[in-house]
Amino acid sequence: MNEKFLKWLDGDDAYFDQVLDSSMEGVPSRETLKAERRAITNAIVHSPRSRRAVAAGSRTLRYLYYVVAVLSAVILIGVLLYCVSGLPRYGQENVRADEVVERYVEHGLEETGAVNVVAGMILDYRAFDTLGESHVLFTALICVMILLRRDRKNMDSRLEDYYRVVQDRYFDTSGDEILQGVGLILVPCIFLFGIYILLNGHLSPGGGFSGGAVMGAGMIIFCSACGFERVDRFFTLKLSSWITFAALSFYSFAKGYVFITGANHLENHIPKGTPGAILSAGLILPLDIAVGIVVACTMFGFYSLFRRGSIGGN
Amino acid sequence: MPFVWNFPLFTIVLCLFSGVLCMMLRGRTARNYTIVLEAVLIVMVSAVLWYTYTAGSAFTYSMGEFPAPWGNEIRAGCLEALIALAFLIVMLCSVIGGWRFTALDIDESKINLYFSILNLMTAALMAMAWTNDIFTGYVFVEILTLTSCGVLIAREIGRTTLAAVRYMILNLLGSGLFLLGVVLLYDLTGNLLMVPMHEAIEELWAAGQGIAPLTLAMGIITIGLGIKSGLFPFHYWMPDTYGMATPTSGAVLSSLVSKSYIFLLIKIVWRVVGLDIWREMPVARILFVLGICGMVAGSMSAIRVNNINSMVAFSSAAQIGYIYMGIGLGGPAGFTAAIFHILGHAVTKSLLFLTTPRLAEVSGDSLRFKDLQGSGYRAPESGAFFMLAALSMIGIPIFAGFSSKILFGIAAADEGGWRFFVIMLALAFSTLLNILYFLRTVIRIYTERGSTLTRPVIDMPGGVKWDYVLPAAVLTLANLFLGLFSWAAVDVIEKGLGMFF
Repeated sequence: MNEKFLKWLDGDDAYFDQVLDSSMEGVPSRETLKAERRAITNAIVHSPRSRRAVAAGSRTLRYLYYVVAVLSAVILIGVLLYCVSGLPRYGQENVRADEVVERYVEHGLEETGAVNVVAGMILDYRAFDTLGESHVLFTALICVMILLRRDRKNMDSRLEDYYRVVQDRYFDTSGDEILQGVGLILVPCIFLFGIYILLNGHLSPGGGFSGGAVMGAGMIIFCSACGFERVDRFFTLKLSSWITFAALSFYSFAKGYVFITGANHLENHIPKGTPGAILSAGLILPLDIAVGIVVACTMFGFYSLFRRGSIGGN
Repeated sequence: MPFVWNFPLFTIVLCLFSGVLCMMLRGRTARNYTIVLEAVLIVMVSAVLWYTYTAGSAFTYSMGEFPAPWGNEIRAGCLEALIALAFLIVMLCSVIGGWRFTALDIDESKINLYFSILNLMTAALMAMAWTNDIFTGYVFVEILTLTSCGVLIAREIGRTTLAAVRYMILNLLGSGLFLLGVVLLYDLTGNLLMVPMHEAIEELWAAGQGIAPLTLAMGIITIGLGIKSGLFPFHYWMPDTYGMATPTSGAVLSSLVSKSYIFLLIKIVWRVVGLDIWREMPVARILFVLGICGMVAGSMSAIRVNNINSMVAFSSAAQIGYIYMGIGLGGPAGFTAAIFHILGHAVTKSLLFLTTPRLAEVSGDSLRFKDLQGSGYRAPESGAFFMLAALSMIGIPIFAGFSSKILFGIAAADEGGWRFFVIMLALAFSTLLNILYFLRTVIRIYTERGSTLTRPVIDMPGGVKWDYVLPAAVLTLANLFLGLFSWAAVDVIEKGLGMFF
C-alpha cells in the first residue's frame, strides 16, 4: 500500500508515456522504430491490466462490445426515424419558411441583379456566411501547410535525397506519352470551361467554388502530365501566397464596405448593371472571381503539398 | 446610428483579414502585429461593453442592406461583449506569455502560419460571441474546429499529431450532430434567426406539436457541442490535446475554444428554445446528471495521471462539468453561475498552462511529478503563479474559484429539492478531490529535500523576462478581481441575460 502511494506521488506508474515521450521526435530510423514497437508490445502484453483482461476472457468481452455497438446503433436509427416521421411536411404545413423563400425568388433579381438566384443568395443576401465559408478553405490550406510543408522538424536530412530522387522517379508521371498527349488536349478545354463557370456564376448555375474547383483540377492534370518542373517555372509559393492574399483581402474589404454602408443606411455606389449582361449584379462577379482563384490555388496547393511537401518547389 | 455599433463587425472582419495577412509576414512581425491587433480589439470591445451596459439594451447590426430574415445580422448585448472581452484578454496574455515556448516548439518557417491560424481562431471566437443566426454560428464552428486542430499540430511531434487526429474525429462528430440539430430546427421553425425561431417553437410547444423532434434536435445539438467542449463521457481526448500542445495553444484551447461552444449552447437555450421549455425537456436533466458525473470523473482521472500537464488538462473536464451542471439546472441563477465559471475558469486555466511548461523547463524538460520536485525554488515566478492558480481551482476565498462555487450553491438553493443536496454533496466531494491533486502538486514543487533529477537541468540564460511575468500577473489580477468583486461581474452577467429577450 505504502509503495503504491509513493508510486502515485512520483508519477512513476504509467509505462506507455515514457515510451511515447522518448520516441516520435523527428523521423526515427527503421531499427529504432522496430525496437520501440517491440518495447511497446512487451509493455502491453506484460502489463498487469492486460493480464487481467486475458484472465477475464477477452473474447467474450469483444463479442459483448459488438453486440452493444450494434444495439445502440439500431436504437439511435430507430429514434431518428421516429422523430423524422413527426416532422411537418416542408412547404405545406410550416408557412413561416415561405416568407424568406418568396422574397429570394420574387425580388432576388431586382435586389441583387443576379439572374442566378442562388448566387444572389450566397453572395449578396447571406454574404457574411459565405465570407466565413471561404475562409474555412483558407484555414484548411494553412493547416495542411503547417502539417506537410517540409521543415527541420518533420523532415530528416538523411531522407531528403530519398524523397527528391527515389520518390520523384517512381511517382513522376511526366514521361508518360499517353498522359502527356491527352493532358495537353484536355487542359486548355478544362481551363476554358472553368473560366466560363466562374464568369457566368451570376447568370447560370456555377460560381466561384465550382469554377475554381474545375480550374484547380486542370492545374493538377497539367502538373501530372508535364511534371512539377514546368509548373514551378511560373507557379511559386510566393505567387500563390500573393494571389490568395490579394483575393481574400479584396473579399474582406469589399464585403466589409457593403456591410458598413448597408447597416448605416448609406449609399454604396456599386452599380447593379442590367440583369443578364456579363458585367452586372454588382459585386457578385468580382467576388466569384476572387473565390474561384482562391479555390484553384488551394486545390493545387493541397495536391502539391501531399505529393512532395511544398508549393512551388521550396 | 452611433459609431460604436460598427465595432462588433470590425472585430470579425479585421481578424479574418489579419489571418490572411499574417501568412505574408515574417514570424516575429506576425507576432507583434497580432499583439497590437488584439490590444486594439480589446479597446473596441470595451467600448461596446460600456455602451451596452449604460444604454441598458442590446443592438442588432444587419450585415448589408437586407434586413434580418433575408440577410445576416449580428447582435451585441453586454453579456456578449463581456465574453468577447474576456476571450480577447486571455488570448492576448496567452500569446505574449507563451511566446518563449512558441519560439522553441514551432519551426521558424511556420511561426507566421501559426499566428495566421490564431487570428482566424479569434475571428471565429468573436463571431460566435456576436452571432444572432444559428447557421452563422455553424459556419464559425467549422472555422473553430479547423483552427483548433491547426494550433495543435503546429508543434509537429508525434503525440500532438496523434492527439490532433483523435480531436479532429471527435470534433467532426460534434459538428455533424450540431448541423443535424440545426437542420431539424430549421425544418420545424422555417427560420434560422434566433428570435423568429423562438416564436415558432413556443407556438409548436403550446400546441403540443413536434415535441419529439424538438427534443431530439436539442438533444443532438447539446451532445454535439458537449463532445466538442469535453462533456463527461467524451472527455478522454483532453490530456494529450491540451497538455501536449505548445503552451499558447493549450491555454487557448482549454480556456477559450471549449468555452465558446458552451456559450453558443447557452445562447441557443435562452434565445431559441427559451428557459421555460428548456426546463421541461429531459435534455436538461440528462445534462445535469452528466455535469455532476463529469465533476467527479474528471477529478478522478486527474488524480490517476502521472504528469502535471495531463492533470491540469483533466481538471478541465471537472470544471466543464460544473458549467454543464449549471446549464442543466435550468434556472437563471444556474446560468449566471455557469457564465461566471466560464470567465473564472478561462483566466485560471490559461495561467496554469503558462506556468507548467516553465516548471518543466527547469526540471530537465520533464513533466513528471518526480522530476518537478523543488521546481518552485528553481523557477520562483512560475511556482508562485502556479500556486495562486491552484488555490483558485480548489476554491479558496478571494479567488474566482470560490465565488463560482458560492454562486453554484446559491443556484442550487434557489432550485431546492433533491437537486440541492446532490449539488452540495457534489461540490464538497469535488473540492476534496481538487485539494487532493492540486495541493499534492503544490507541495511537491515546494519540497526541496530528496530531489532526484533523472535528466540534467537546462535553464534558459537570464531566466524569464517581463513578457512572461506580465501576462501571468494580469491573469492573476483578473482572477483576484473576479474573486473579490464578483458582484460586479454578476451584475453585468445578469443584465446581459436580461437583454437576451
